[in-house]
Amino acid sequence: MEDLSDVYNELIMEHSMNSYNKKKLPDANLSEMGHNPNCGDEITLELKLNGNVIEDMAFSGHGCAISQASTSIMIDTLKGKTIDEARDIIKTFIGMIKRETKDEAELEKLEDAIAFKNVSNMPARVKCALLAWHTLEDMLNKNQNTGSTNIDCCH
Amino acid sequence: MNIEEIRKDFPLLQNRKIAYLDNGATTQKPTKVINAIKEFYEKYNANPHRGAYALSMEATELYEDTRTKVAEFINAKHREEIIFSKNATESLNLIAYSYGMENLKKDDEVVISIMEHHSNLVPWQKVTKVTGSKLNYMYINDEFELSDEEIENKITDRTKIVGIAHVSNVLGTINNVKKIIKYAHKKGAVVIIDASQSIPHMKIDVQDLDADFLVFSGHKMLAPLGVGVLYGKRELLNNMTPFLMGGDMIEYVYEQETTFAPLPNKFEAGTQNVGGVIGLGSAIDYINELGYDKIQKMENEVLGYAKQELSKLNFLELYLTPNDDNHSSVISFNIKGVHPHDVASILDAEGVCVRSGNHCAQPLMRYLEIDSTCRASFYFYNSKEDVDKLINALNKAYNIFKKYVK
Repeated sequence: MEDLSDVYNELIMEHSMNSYNKKKLPDANLSEMGHNPNCGDEITLELKLNGNVIEDMAFSGHGCAISQASTSIMIDTLKGKTIDEARDIIKTFIGMIKRETKDEAELEKLEDAIAFKNVSNMPARVKCALLAWHTLEDMLNKNQNTGSTNIDCCH
Repeated sequence: MNIEEIRKDFPLLQNRKIAYLDNGATTQKPTKVINAIKEFYEKYNANPHRGAYALSMEATELYEDTRTKVAEFINAKHREEIIFSKNATESLNLIAYSYGMENLKKDDEVVISIMEHHSNLVPWQKVTKVTGSKLNYMYINDEFELSDEEIENKITDRTKIVGIAHVSNVLGTINNVKKIIKYAHKKGAVVIIDASQSIPHMKIDVQDLDADFLVFSGHKMLAPLGVGVLYGKRELLNNMTPFLMGGDMIEYVYEQETTFAPLPNKFEAGTQNVGGVIGLGSAIDYINELGYDKIQKMENEVLGYAKQELSKLNFLELYLTPNDDNHSSVISFNIKGVHPHDVASILDAEGVCVRSGNHCAQPLMRYLEIDSTCRASFYFYNSKEDVDKLINALNKAYNIFKKYVK
């Protein structure tokens, strides 16, 4: 296995243990829960859309360092992006983790999220890294299907 | 035989330089077992009970001899009380459907413990829902054990079935199943023992226990994956309807009606995992030759050392009974504030294999108010060096995380 310090590095550890993105978003207009039943990882993403732009995002829940950090860094990366830009970056991230995308220029748009590149060498942890990204993808798809930015899904 | 010699019996331990501490999930296989399976396929492979030719007869003989061997191994009174299945899960489902579904009535009670594996829990949810009966739980005390009071409070005159793990796959707690069986019988209930985590480590005598049903998987006791055992008292099995229908479990089949074969075939529909059964027979030979006394002696030495060294790590939370006599081979733990999957990944990088997660025991996790644990589970071939590797790796994991843990 790769040296673990590549994965459990400063950036990932800070985001996983003390994330400033782990909070409630009082004016969120979308919310979605994601979980990995095998690991017990559970996150809830809250999203505030302003027209086509992701104005703000936050998360709550619990899980391993990789799932927590991946969620927090995803939020940093995608905040301020349009929905289409976000979808493109999600696709690139999933491609990187699944070792389908290797193009350096392509990976650059991931910003800090590139820190998870070595998770692709840890098959047992791929699901942890992808949890938030899949959850957000689902959330955006559902939103597109209903065509509304005001779904009340926080029962 | 010393530990080094014993480890030579296990090719995987020679081929991989790891500390394999996930024996509760499955054990490694000795050369003896691997060779027995190979020999079966090279010299005896045919479909038992079906051919009139010598080869098929020989396969039948090997298969049926193993049934006798299993019966002797757990001291069953009759060899037809041994039913081969694919694993303990299938055995438990067979009991739930063929006994539970047929016998439970509205307001009857099924009692299980909170430490059951999902395989001895989810089938009972289904059966109690369909029959309108109730599923009640015996809870553990602060020492991760079932108290006599709890047992006597939960097993009532309305209890018809009690299901209990002999040894918890998460806590390693040894339940006093003999006492539970005696009490349940007084109340008129039948008792199912899940021996999956006990039979690799301790002698099982179904007559001494007076167990009504007892199940286990072969692969947790040196046998190959995919073969399990159901023991049931003959009169109970005789009165049960078949679980799976098909070839070899029938007597006469007409267009609309069928009569069923007697025990044990009634419960063995379709071609069985004959190679696996032969492997199980060889695993029993291995255990008998080594002897449970020796197995326990070797295990206790390493387990005692593991407990001693783990309890020195003050960053750990351990989930085990303080009573050594009631504890076997499984140690669950967490590094405080660190998720077990992260710990397991770091241990893996250090060549230490432990399980992390909820161990198919989500209700127990919820009861303990934790999400999951790391679990180190031992077998007789584990050495003190394996424990040292575990301790070193845990220190390393803690050092990675300590400055971030709140």
